[in-house]
Amino acid sequence: MDSSILLILFQDGIVNGAVYALLALSLVLVFTVTRVVLVPQGEFVSFGALSYAAIGEGHPWPSVVLLAGLGGLAFLRGIWAVHNVRAAAWLAAETLGIPLVLAVLLKWAVPSHPPLVLQAGLALALTAPLAPYLYRVSFQSLAQASVLVLLIASVGTHLALSGLGLVTFGPEGARGPAFSDAVMMAGELMITGQSLWILGLTALVMGGLYLFFTHTLLGAALRATAVNRLGARLVGIPTTQAGLIAFWLAGLIGAASGVLISAQTTLSYDSGFLVGLKGFVAAIIGGMASYPLAAAAAILVGLVESFASFWASAFKEVIVFTVIIPVLLWRSLRHRGVEDEE
Amino acid sequence: MIRLWPIPALLAALALPWLGLPIFWVSLLNTIGIAAIVATGIVVLTGIGGMTSFGQAAFVGFGAYASALLTTAWGWSPWLTLPVSLAASGLSALAIGAITLRLSGHYLALGTIAWAVSLYYLAGNLDAVGRNDGISGIPPLSVGGYALIDTRWSCMLILTALLGVVLATRNLLDSRWGRAIRSLRGGVVAAASFGVDTARARMLAFVYAAMLAGLAGWLYAHLQRAVNPTPFGLVAGIQYLLMAVVGGAGFVPGALLGATLVTLVNDRLQDLLPKLLGAAGNYEVIVFGLLLVLVLQSAPDGLWPLLARPRDRVRRLMSAPALPRRQHPALGSVILEAASLRKQFGGLVAVADLSFSVHAGEIVALIGPNGAGKSTSFNLLTGVARPSSGQTRFAGLDITGRTPQSIARLGIARSFQHVKLVASMSVIENVALGAHLRGTASPLAGVLRLDRAEEARLFAEAAIQLDRTGLTAHAFRPATALALGQQRIVEIARALCLDPSLLLLDEPAAGLRHNEKQELATLLSRLRAEGMAILLVEHDMEFVMSLADRLVVMDFGTRIAEGKPADVRHNPAVIEAYLGAAVEDAS
Repeated sequence: MDSSILLILFQDGIVNGAVYALLALSLVLVFTVTRVVLVPQGEFVSFGALSYAAIGEGHPWPSVVLLAGLGGLAFLRGIWAVHNVRAAAWLAAETLGIPLVLAVLLKWAVPSHPPLVLQAGLALALTAPLAPYLYRVSFQSLAQASVLVLLIASVGTHLALSGLGLVTFGPEGARGPAFSDAVMMAGELMITGQSLWILGLTALVMGGLYLFFTHTLLGAALRATAVNRLGARLVGIPTTQAGLIAFWLAGLIGAASGVLISAQTTLSYDSGFLVGLKGFVAAIIGGMASYPLAAAAAILVGLVESFASFWASAFKEVIVFTVIIPVLLWRSLRHRGVEDEE
Repeated sequence: MIRLWPIPALLAALALPWLGLPIFWVSLLNTIGIAAIVATGIVVLTGIGGMTSFGQAAFVGFGAYASALLTTAWGWSPWLTLPVSLAASGLSALAIGAITLRLSGHYLALGTIAWAVSLYYLAGNLDAVGRNDGISGIPPLSVGGYALIDTRWSCMLILTALLGVVLATRNLLDSRWGRAIRSLRGGVVAAASFGVDTARARMLAFVYAAMLAGLAGWLYAHLQRAVNPTPFGLVAGIQYLLMAVVGGAGFVPGALLGATLVTLVNDRLQDLLPKLLGAAGNYEVIVFGLLLVLVLQSAPDGLWPLLARPRDRVRRLMSAPALPRRQHPALGSVILEAASLRKQFGGLVAVADLSFSVHAGEIVALIGPNGAGKSTSFNLLTGVARPSSGQTRFAGLDITGRTPQSIARLGIARSFQHVKLVASMSVIENVALGAHLRGTASPLAGVLRLDRAEEARLFAEAAIQLDRTGLTAHAFRPATALALGQQRIVEIARALCLDPSLLLLDEPAAGLRHNEKQELATLLSRLRAEGMAILLVEHDMEFVMSLADRLVVMDFGTRIAEGKPADVRHNPAVIEAYLGAAVEDAS
């Protein structure tokens, strides 16, 4: 292996790692605020990518149907818990209004081939609300359940959502247009504009989350919920709202990652799951709690994957998921033997 | 007690395939039987042992591939590969468990997803196991040269295997190690305090579930006569878990119910959905995913408890020779000695150089205002927490920093401030858990029911302690159906089952009614007269003053007074600690 291949592998690893970092951050965010291990995160990646590609090809209607269907389900699930007209109106706006507005918007925008950034925005709008809808359908009524029960519910949600993905998008994979076709040469290294977009967005999301958590009241409320749910409720923070916001953010981040990588890889309805799982490996290395550690681990996962695909491409996935074993081993050795779980 | 129902069940299993059922239904029955074997393992592992695994299908794969490889490449007889299949799944569980089993709940479950995905891709890329094509041409089972190709023969075999699995599992759960596994959900600290090796109990449940999966894999390989990675992937693993959750993960019949329902629904959906949607695909996962969520939301214990009302399982107690008792220290000798015990949490000194001793045939009470460090001291003495410095000696032996298990082994039994009884066990089973160390039967002896004589002795001992504590009438009720005060007494009965020389009781009188307190005081006095050393932490002054021989008073982590109740009552430092603090609070 010469140094140019080494550099290319490094570059590949870091760019992929940046995507895993985005996913790992959103997994940590959702887990700390709601205790839900968000297994369906990978589906948001797939659906974001496939919706983006579908908008480009001018037929985003299956995505709209999926969004409207889940929105309707979320409305039915949520309306029972609503006590006043105002809350019911908000619920209807969130679950029924958004798909409706998007349908009208797409009808008008799609035939005129809007700029790519707008198409990407529409893809996000079509995908991100799925996350809070799922929160309402699957997790809200289980808010008091144990982490394990929430995890099983999360796996069930992933299963259902991947099946719905097959119905909506079909078994074929798709690629979306790149934001930038620019190619720069830095010595022997070829840098694509798209990879800069990925790194830039990752940095932007990380910075944004940092500012959100440290400088806004909402961010502080989310952190408070993460530290102590009961305490947060007692001081008047609505933990259900905190959960919804965490899911909104996770949906946005997942869909954005999908849009970004769809120019580099063909994604099908179920390939996001593997991408999401790699975010998980990173989040677990970060103890499902530390943002910086999870982000750093995600870069590591990206590098391991990129080098593994060079040396033993058939065993790429095996190697990536085996990275988790020394970490689990280390955690298990630090773990005290006797402890009651909830 | 000899149960007779397995005999008609066996006859039914042998006859059912030949009663003229259409072949379609017979092969469906095969699928159900194999799935039910795996789901029964999940009941032991997840519903009862509290460890969630999404990866059981991978263990089915180990069993299936092991037999497939040996029979096709090496020409082994399928009957010879059965033990190999069981060993392959059991040993791989041992290896995976060694890495992951000490992790707590969701890490463990996420770990199962990681290795399930990893193994799936491994099988799909290894030349030795035929990559994604798998292995085909696996020979069917045969008897004396006659191949059992007819589905009805397979059905007989699978149903018989399932019956064997159900019996073995019930036997295991009703044994000494079964009680250890059942204590894993919510009773780990208590079980450890009675000498149960909880890490071993977790491993036992994990390996047992994997071996059932391996058995299912062996059956599958010789029924389908071809294997490939797909039926052993993550989705299949989730489906097995779904069966257990839908049927009722805490109950063996729940596994059968869940396997039946999910398999039947799966069969219908695979037929119906592609027609409905006009394309081929695994659309049934939509229904299964939603079903899983719906069951967790509306019937978290599964469907079985909705169908069958749980009843008190009365066990016939047989007279049995009494268990051997340990050599107890002589009356009046020093049993427990705390020497300058200290515990610091960062800058906070919770216990500061505490020293005291307890003698055989003496009741010593540790008292003090809230936050004085009583509970921390208790945890230091019982091995739940490690002291920063200082020493604990038991009958002259240094026991500082030992595990709760080894402390229990020496004859120190305890009760808990927050009652820790296993909710899914009856009162007498909870009490028998205290006698865990006085039995020796292995898990295998439990499965094969070779442990009956010893079990009878353990339960006879539990019955004696229940009688002593006045709880005989409640022996077969679920432990958590009792009033809180009675549950505390159950804890004392459980502690007595260890045949302890030293009894450590954490607020035993809390929540008791007046006459219950009197009965407790009578019991403790009698134990004292028999030579037992008793250390209590207690808030009820009246109870302590009339019962204890000596008091040790703590405040802010230090001992401020020690002596006879009458003397301590008039000690100015004690009065200030109790009343002075109260005045400061009021200001």
